Amino acid sequence: VKISLTWLREFVDLPETPDELRSILDDLGLVVEGIERVGEGLEKIVVARVDEIHAIKGADRIRLVVVDAGDGPLEIVCGAMNFEVGNYVPLAPVGAVLPDGMEIAERSMRGVISHGMLCSPRELHLSDDHQGLMILDDLIEPSVGERLVDALEITSDVIFDISVEGNRPDAWSIEGVARDLATRLRRPLKAPALATPRSTTPSDSVASAGIDDPDVCGHLTVSVIRALSVVPSPLWVQERLRNAGMRPISNIVDASNFVMLELGQPTHPYDASRVARQTLRARRARPGETLTTLDGVERQLAIPGRGLGDTGEDCVIVDGDDHVLGLAGIMGGASSEIADTTTEVLLEAAYFDPMTIARSSKRHGLRSEASHRNERGVDPELALRAAARFVEILSLSVPELEWLKDPLDVWGVVPTPPTLAIRDQDVERLLGIKIAREDIIAILEGMDFTVAAGDEGLDATAPGRRPDIREGTFGRADVIEEIARLYGYERIPRHHPAWSEVGGLTARQRLRRHLRQIAVDAGALEAWTPSLGSDADFDLLRSGEPRVRVTNPLAADESVLRATLVTGLVRAWARNVERGTGDVILAEIGVVFQHPSVSARPRLVKGGVGGTLTLELPRENERLTVVLGRPEDDAKSAVALWNLIKGRLGLADVVVRSLDEAPRGLHPTRAGALVDRGSGAVLGFVGEVDASLVNAITSVSPLRRLGVIDLDLDALADPDLATRRSLYVTVPSRYPSAAIDLAFVTPRGVNAADLADTLRHASDLVESVSLFDVYEGAGLPEGTRSLAYSVRFSSLERTLSDAEISDARATLISAAAMINAELR
Amino acid sequence: MSSSPLSSLPEQTDELLASIAGFATLDDLRDAEPAITGKRSIFASLQKSLGSLEPDERRSAGAQLQEARRVVVDAFDARRQDLERAARRIVLEADRLDLGDVVESDVSWALTAGHPGLVAITQQELEDVFVAMGFNVAEGPEVETDWYNFEALNIPPAHPARGMWDTFYIDLGEPETVVLRTHTSPSQIHLMEHAVATNTLPIHAVMPGRCYRRDTPDASHLYSFHQIEGLIVDRGITFGDLAGVIETFTHAYFGSDISSRLRPGYFPFTEPSAEFEITCTICRGEGCRTCSFTGWIELGGCGMLDPAVLAAVGIDAEEWSGFAFGFGIDRCAQMRHQLNDMRALTENDTRFLEQLS
Repeated sequence: VKISLTWLREFVDLPETPDELRSILDDLGLVVEGIERVGEGLEKIVVARVDEIHAIKGADRIRLVVVDAGDGPLEIVCGAMNFEVGNYVPLAPVGAVLPDGMEIAERSMRGVISHGMLCSPRELHLSDDHQGLMILDDLIEPSVGERLVDALEITSDVIFDISVEGNRPDAWSIEGVARDLATRLRRPLKAPALATPRSTTPSDSVASAGIDDPDVCGHLTVSVIRALSVVPSPLWVQERLRNAGMRPISNIVDASNFVMLELGQPTHPYDASRVARQTLRARRARPGETLTTLDGVERQLAIPGRGLGDTGEDCVIVDGDDHVLGLAGIMGGASSEIADTTTEVLLEAAYFDPMTIARSSKRHGLRSEASHRNERGVDPELALRAAARFVEILSLSVPELEWLKDPLDVWGVVPTPPTLAIRDQDVERLLGIKIAREDIIAILEGMDFTVAAGDEGLDATAPGRRPDIREGTFGRADVIEEIARLYGYERIPRHHPAWSEVGGLTARQRLRRHLRQIAVDAGALEAWTPSLGSDADFDLLRSGEPRVRVTNPLAADESVLRATLVTGLVRAWARNVERGTGDVILAEIGVVFQHPSVSARPRLVKGGVGGTLTLELPRENERLTVVLGRPEDDAKSAVALWNLIKGRLGLADVVVRSLDEAPRGLHPTRAGALVDRGSGAVLGFVGEVDASLVNAITSVSPLRRLGVIDLDLDALADPDLATRRSLYVTVPSRYPSAAIDLAFVTPRGVNAADLADTLRHASDLVESVSLFDVYEGAGLPEGTRSLAYSVRFSSLERTLSDAEISDARATLISAAAMINAELR
Repeated sequence: MSSSPLSSLPEQTDELLASIAGFATLDDLRDAEPAITGKRSIFASLQKSLGSLEPDERRSAGAQLQEARRVVVDAFDARRQDLERAARRIVLEADRLDLGDVVESDVSWALTAGHPGLVAITQQELEDVFVAMGFNVAEGPEVETDWYNFEALNIPPAHPARGMWDTFYIDLGEPETVVLRTHTSPSQIHLMEHAVATNTLPIHAVMPGRCYRRDTPDASHLYSFHQIEGLIVDRGITFGDLAGVIETFTHAYFGSDISSRLRPGYFPFTEPSAEFEITCTICRGEGCRTCSFTGWIELGGCGMLDPAVLAAVGIDAEEWSGFAFGFGIDRCAQMRHQLNDMRALTENDTRFLEQLS
């Protein structure tokens, strides 16, 4: 919200500099996001009359304008087109410096010399309008040569752009900000001038007001103001509005906006002649009712919306014929708008249920200055005071106006301000500091709390404008926050708490770090690929299957939560290939998502209003996926990397088993499952990326083999699934070991690691078994291959004899035969 | 009708279908295409002969011919797909590799330097600081219900505060009940619920994780980002403790010349709430463009746990109190590494990744 320093100073004495005020406001939580100085640098700008306009030869975007600024004709070259002879416009003569620091000098354009510059409102920092020159004819009684600051009654001002937090609707006004400052600085808050009714005619003799649904409209006041005429507002009122970012329109509308900015109460003036039976009533809209709002859009009312718990409630204002005049607290209708001919106004100042306003405003996509304030909650007791201020401002332009006495004042249901018992120890317990009781009282009374002595402290009753202050223990915290805020957070001493538990990572977090370290040590670059992808990407691997979809994506190709990391990594790899930097290993640790309808065990979590529903959520599976994209990489290098990972993780016994059906995205005949032989669990997959996937999502040519490892962290982190080596270590034999080679002919179905395991456990003397050659082809039966192992024997007790080695060899050969492996 | 040029069409069609079934290779099939369905097929020649018929007859004969041709084309396509599948199968079979048979000593492995991700190492550094301060590290899911992401955090449905987060909703359950978490705060709720259920209060934990907001990506925003959240629930915890913990962390992570300050803020789940700022790490407090010449930059939010949040998870606010704080991991990385465009984090350009260690 834009807060004028001049305006603030009408409410509280503020000798501080703008920078000093900025830090006070920041410290109050009224964060100053910018400071703008207006009305400075305009001292030399004067009012000029346009006397002649000429085309310039060869130029269609600039014209030669002859103006009179009191010293006779002056030739100016000007690019604006929105004026004609006889208009009055602002002139920056040679030597003037504009607010942005630009100095005006004689300039030659297309051979024509310009003796100054005619200005737009934006060039003068008077508004954002840059459509053309500022035309002064409507604003003032123009007089050639007069200084613009005198003509427009411009005072230089400082505008703070303050970000008001959502829980402080009371601070969304000049008076609200002033109240915070007055309380912090312990200075009095001054009251604005208010009008009093100047008529003997009671309001209820000519108009009526009513509330049909007291839960949606808590307070409705209607003032009848007569003998009006629609004229421009006083210049200083217009300036205040412009400085706050609002456009001056006419005295009636301007007064309404002025009061909203100053006191925080939105009001709505109706042209009384266009309101049937001079009646305003507030009620819920009924299904089938429509309203054409001021923006010209016809709106269907009372239609339930998509938002959670939105039953379609709209609060509307109706006239004496029960016709809808406006969407209460959000936007009026076109039918009763103030017109040039308006002479009598019904002014509505009301309090509406904030939640109803919030839902309506969201559902209709209608945001206005009024709705912003109403949905956060205005002061339910402010309406008549705001009406009095409205009349006061309006009477500056229409002194003869008549405000009928006893404005209509109807109450519905408004929240009762809570009274909270604040014990001295409550403040200390929450803040960690003792604050003197008189300081607390000064703070609370400054903020308009009603304070009384309580049993062990104070009883504080919140003012009506503080909907953020709740009942009971919740409200106690709210009040103590208010005390802390106005006392000053930085005055609360810091203390570091101590506790006896030690901190640490979980086993899973250590595993994740370990995996990252291993992959990086092996040469992988860690990637971060998008969690959201396209339907097409999903369908490449899981055509037609249920997917986890975002209902409101930013872009169509970011609407599905990924089911694999492979696609993203291959795409990232391909982009690097295109840049000539693709000879790399990429790795990512991240979550993939599975739709609950295809999940064996969907996640059941409470949700819905009040947490009363049980919802099925997607399975989230954390994976480490590595794509090996260096020129020589393939399934074999992926296996080699897996063996490294397996060794570093200390997995006891995991084998690579070929698969009848490879997981989607992997090469159908060059993929294996990583099976824990102890638990039988699959810990992941290893192999190559399916060439058809690479083809579909990249244009890399010629096609390369890409090795891939895809590990399931959920399984790896589960000690029941991923069997770890014993923590106990063995001391190797100090006697010499003996090595022999054994080659077996086996059918393809026999796994080489299974055979090695058989050999290792066939005799106590076996120290190690390692595969060193695989051969198939000539000399071997169809469907078989030869597996050659190097076997080392040793004993902890002695050097082995040849006979012992020979016996052990025979034992190994017969054990191998049991699983269909014949010595070659 | 015996004079119709189509009198022997059924037999001719059957012959074509039989010949299609007879092709054994894709090449043979492709070579035969003109004769079976193309320019040199009976369909082409019969089409020409229809010209001599009366218009009515021509229409019905034309339809008959089209139908016969469609049957043949379908059979042709089906056969082609069969043969393609078989051919791919042959290629795949020739390519078959039993990964159990890989001889490791045959695989050569070039030694190159790998590099961890910027966010990952930043997260680890932050975790390490907090672990050293005595915190545990906890985690939570990325897809949450409205209860955990909002309502238990004192943000009821239609509360204007829900607009503070640009939420991605998931197409599950009732509208707007399932979300991509917009902050790590729902992990607090899970943690507190668990501690209550298992009677394991107090809690001293930080919760790092990925969050999502519907922000159009630009140099300083991505739609997914990482936060770390801290939570203490213990006896006798005060706002002074919160300020103390923030200050200890700030010194430990950013350096002893960087300090912190709190100023009032608003979060529905804390009361009192504060924004916390640290000395500008660019100018070390002197004032520069980055900190708008204030010497301070905003890092995150914090506050004492709102009693409504404690009530939602069943913690007795008379016995326990606590605070929470949270800030962006990516933002810390951005500050420490002077990253001027966050989009680089998800572009995975190896020239970017190779700078990290």
